[in-house]
Amino acid sequence: MTSTDLIRLTAAELADSLAAGDVSSVDATRAHLDRIDGVDGDIHAFLHVARDAALARAGEIDRIRASEDGSSLGPLAGVPLAIKDVLCTLDMPSTAGSRILEGWIPPYDATVVRKIRDAHLVPLGKTNMDEFAMGSSTEHSAYGPTRNPWDLDRIPGGSGGGSAAAVSAFEAPLALGSDTGGSIRQPAAVTGSVGMKPTYGGVSRYGAIALASSLDQVGPVSRTVLDSALLHDVIGGHDPRDSTSIPDTWPSMADAARAGQREGALKGMRVGVVKQLTGDGFQSGVTQRFTEALAVLESAGAEVVEISAPNFEYAIAAYYLILPAEASSNLAKFDSVRFGLRVNPPGGGTVEQVMSATRDAGFGPEVKRRIILGTYALSAGYYDAYYGSAQKVRTLIQRDFDNAFGRVDVLATPSAPTTAFRLGEKLDDPLAMYLNDLTTIPANLAGVPGIGLPIGLAPEDGLPVGIQFMAPARSDARLYTVGAALEQLLEESWGGSLLSRAPELATATVGGR
Amino acid sequence: MSEISAEQVAHLAMLARIELSPEEIASLTVELGSIVDNVAKVSAVATPDLPATSHPIPLVNVFRPDVVGETLTQEQALSGAPEAHDGRFRVSAILGEEQ
Repeated sequence: MTSTDLIRLTAAELADSLAAGDVSSVDATRAHLDRIDGVDGDIHAFLHVARDAALARAGEIDRIRASEDGSSLGPLAGVPLAIKDVLCTLDMPSTAGSRILEGWIPPYDATVVRKIRDAHLVPLGKTNMDEFAMGSSTEHSAYGPTRNPWDLDRIPGGSGGGSAAAVSAFEAPLALGSDTGGSIRQPAAVTGSVGMKPTYGGVSRYGAIALASSLDQVGPVSRTVLDSALLHDVIGGHDPRDSTSIPDTWPSMADAARAGQREGALKGMRVGVVKQLTGDGFQSGVTQRFTEALAVLESAGAEVVEISAPNFEYAIAAYYLILPAEASSNLAKFDSVRFGLRVNPPGGGTVEQVMSATRDAGFGPEVKRRIILGTYALSAGYYDAYYGSAQKVRTLIQRDFDNAFGRVDVLATPSAPTTAFRLGEKLDDPLAMYLNDLTTIPANLAGVPGIGLPIGLAPEDGLPVGIQFMAPARSDARLYTVGAALEQLLEESWGGSLLSRAPELATATVGGR
Repeated sequence: MSEISAEQVAHLAMLARIELSPEEIASLTVELGSIVDNVAKVSAVATPDLPATSHPIPLVNVFRPDVVGETLTQEQALSGAPEAHDGRFRVSAILGEEQ
């Protein structure tokens, strides 16, 4: 198999080839590292590439497979993956896209990182993101933006633009992401890839550098629904180190995805379309592809009904109070004492002055904006009107979900209101940037799972459009079934995956950049 | 319109321990005003009888056995510190001259 073939395989296909002995993990890993060398100068999906460590680990896994322990290897053993830089890694810097953590190497692995190591996946490196996951375009990274593989002048979404761009540019078959208000699902939408925000508490947050602790959730990023399910099975489950981790046992997400690929999987499935998350404010090509996807679901036997969720209208407002409030508290740990940057003001100063100078130099404009906003929302005299009210809206949004799931099995919305916009287009308008997560935020406020997958290209600009499905808390498996079913029907009609239609990227020769 | 003043932003920045430049304070004052105007609508539906939700999926009484678990060594804990001395984090002066 050529290295071009190797990078185009899905994670499931690559895992099968590895298990059959048709290809080695070293070859697969090298093919992806070469791809990164070739295209990442333009894409900038990676903040750190661990070439030597990845090849060494791949070699170890090949040796285990050749030994008598080979049969003990898990389903994704030997498959390379990229890790969002918000996750702590023992052997790689973990900056969360911030200058204040430049070069910081944590003394422990995040639980999900430990799990992927134990499952013998091969970490390729760390992916770019908006600073502390605050943003919808990756332009707020302190290390420069990531570019969309479909059009290098456009954003790859955010905050997990690096992970989404890495899989859609064939630099990695899998990646880890995190989703506080859409940071997995919105990048998936604008890059034509797949991403899942699990039920809150379904995947450990231990070692994920916290943005807003009641909203953050770690999840898989991939090119196919089955691949996300396979990775979800590796990272999910109870973690005693995360006090918000749900102690339940979970069904196999991969089995659920495979069930979706079988005949009749959608028969009788009740799909609710959220009235408040369609129509005005959505790009015409997004609405068109979304409507077509609903028709595909109906033709496969699903029942599509309209659902009203009147309080979703207040979701963004509630989110931009709750998130800054939690973030301002979480980010207080960057105090110039225990880790990260320290900036001494001219002539020295007290620890408070050093802290203030450090946080001024180390935080970018969006982080400062949200910390100040959160400090305001939590301050005496405003707390009840803002933070208190936002928490009440959260109750109303949960009730809207409860009502909806009394009538339907899943909810469907476009994953994002528009296709990928141009770099710089919304950078100076925070409110316009915040609206990108219109459809994804309600799931975080209620803790329910949401999956995003591609449903075609918008006719007006030829850029990817995504659909989001949401299910009741703990019903993550249902999303993999619905997602895999729709993906299969669409790919049959297209004659291949959407990403196979992405433009070829210019590749630099190794060492020639 | 909300009434966020530059003095208020400067005070919030002091509380948050971020040394903002006058230019940053000026631009944040405008931006914060417009953001607050747009998020203030939460109070329109937040009636007094409505319970607040702080956590999406509440769990109660999450404990672990009271035994020593895996912990960081002193060396590991100090490994990322900007300055350490004698096995401890080293900080700048805690008190200013006037104190």
